[in-house]
This record gives sequence, C-alpha cells and structure tokens, in this order.
Amino acid sequence: MANLIDSLDAAAVRTDLPELEPGDTVKVHSLIVEGEKERLQVFQGLVIRVRGGGMNKNFTVRRIASHGVGVERTWLFSSPRVGKIEVLRHAKVRRSRLYFLRGRTGKAARLKERRAN
Amino acid sequence: MKGILGRKVGMTQLLTANGIVVPVTVIEAGPCYVTQIKTAARDGYTAIQLGFEEVKPRRLTKGEIGHLRRRGASGQPSGLPMLRILRELRLRDIEHYTVGQKLQADVFAAGERVDVKGISKGRGFQGGVKRHGFRGGPRTHGQSDRLRAPGSSSAGTTPGRIYKGKRMAGHMGAAPVTVANLRVELVDPERNMLAVRGAVPGARGGLVLITEARKQG
Repeated sequence: MANLIDSLDAAAVRTDLPELEPGDTVKVHSLIVEGEKERLQVFQGLVIRVRGGGMNKNFTVRRIASHGVGVERTWLFSSPRVGKIEVLRHAKVRRSRLYFLRGRTGKAARLKERRAN
Repeated sequence: MKGILGRKVGMTQLLTANGIVVPVTVIEAGPCYVTQIKTAARDGYTAIQLGFEEVKPRRLTKGEIGHLRRRGASGQPSGLPMLRILRELRLRDIEHYTVGQKLQADVFAAGERVDVKGISKGRGFQGGVKRHGFRGGPRTHGQSDRLRAPGSSSAGTTPGRIYKGKRMAGHMGAAPVTVANLRVELVDPERNMLAVRGAVPGARGGLVLITEARKQG
C-alpha cells in the first residue's frame, strides 16, 4: 500500500542534475516568473546545506551580494524551477551544515579547495 | 451523485509543472461493486450499496455470502465477488447503476471536487482544553491545579442543574468526520489510486468514502 506513495515520490525525483555536496560552489539557473514572463536567473554561491531525500531533497546556496550582505536561497532539488546546476568547485569541509560561515566575512569565509582525485 | 470506497494510504507531496508543491493524501480507491440497489418502492428510499475488498468466502458469514450471490429479478447470477465491506450511499439517480457493476477510481477525474468521509483517529478520554478548545485557567497569580481546568459548568440555584450537552471532558475522536470540497489531483484506475489535495480523516489504512462534493464552488 505504501508503495503507491513511494512510486509517486520516485517518479518526481530529477536525475538530470549533478550531485551536490556542502562546500560546492555552484551556479544555479533558476526559473523566475515575472508576471506573465519566465526567465532564467543565475545564482552563484556556496552550498551550505543539503537536506532531505527523495523528492523532498533540498539545498541552500549562500552568496555574498552587494554591500557584503549574505543572501541564502533554498531550492527543492527536484523542482522544475531549477533549470540547470553547474558545479564549479568542491571545497574540503568536515561538516554537513556550513552554518559557521554565516558569522564570517571576507578572508575568514574562504574554504580550501578539494581537487578531484 | 457518485462515490467510491477506499483506504487511506498516506500523505505525500506532488510537484506541479511550474514548481508548486501540492500536499495530497493518497487513497487506494476501489474497485467497488454495486451489490444492491435500494428503491423507493421496496425500501422506502433510494440508495446503492457498494461492496469493497475481495475476501475468501470462508471469511464471511453465510448470510453475507447469500446476499452477494443473490440472483437478479430475471434469475441471472449476480456475478459479484465475495466482499468484506458493504456500505450504502444515498442518492437519487439509481437508474445509472446496476447490481454487479464495477466502480473504479476513474469515476472521478482530476480537478473534480470531492467530499471524503472517514473515522477520525481515536484520542481516548480527553480534557476540555483539548476536546473543546477551552482556554484553561491562568498559570500565575496564585493559581494551583487550575491550568487546564474546565471552569464553571453552570450557574447556581437557577437553573440548579447542568444542561444536557454541556461540553466537558470525555471520549474524543474515533467519530465520523467528513472533509468537504477536496480537489482530486491524480487518478490512476490501473493502480486504483486517487490523490486528493489536503488531509483526510483517520489513520493510514482506514476506510474512507469518497463522494462528489455536496457544496461546490
């Protein structure tokens, strides 16, 4: 009986996007609806959180906008509003939630790059 | 008027094409069979009786088996399987139905509005605060033992008694509840699946009756 739900959820999961990990620097092309029109907006920043699984998997990207204001956006990983995700860089991190970055600015907020082995 | 019996499977979310998340309850609905038609002439009212969930004949009483095997007016066999659950659905337009007719989830289409009736989860014996939304007493100002008290139940000498129906602590839940006007989001007759927007009374696995919404719009 419960597999009706599982099959619905499995059908909703997107498989065309790259895997994300905390510490990745990404460009998210997200669909923005402005009145009637739709356009793609690019949001570039650092993945500070990936949570949930299946169709409920979501991730938060943090970037520093103008005047040093931190902006975080969360997307549902399988949402059709996510157009494309480009992973630019992986960083070496030891925890799954990079909330400590919120208190840091400038040089202190840098992470060491992790090269693909 | 149309309806179908089902079992609540549980809740999940659907994503629409433009990325909106819709909370839905998945119901395993049907297949149901029309097991009897009540007519005004013979029964004094009109209704159809729906049967749901096939079972082995030995799980039923002889009376139930006899009811399901009953031949029609012209003597032809009913052709009905053995069914565990029988429920009546009051409606006027009984001409659309014949005994033995199979009803599946596709009696409803996506976008239609339905009412869903089920037995709510039993809450046991509950106090007035939970059961009727009483506010309880103050936490401070020298109060003791008054936090979730029901307050006064009546006046004094007049009327000198407590009115019937006075809301008090008591058994809560496990009662029929109907949720009106839910949107059908998904219909899959192959898998006997219906998904309706929002929550539906009862525990997972509970029996629910889905009918056309009575108050539309």
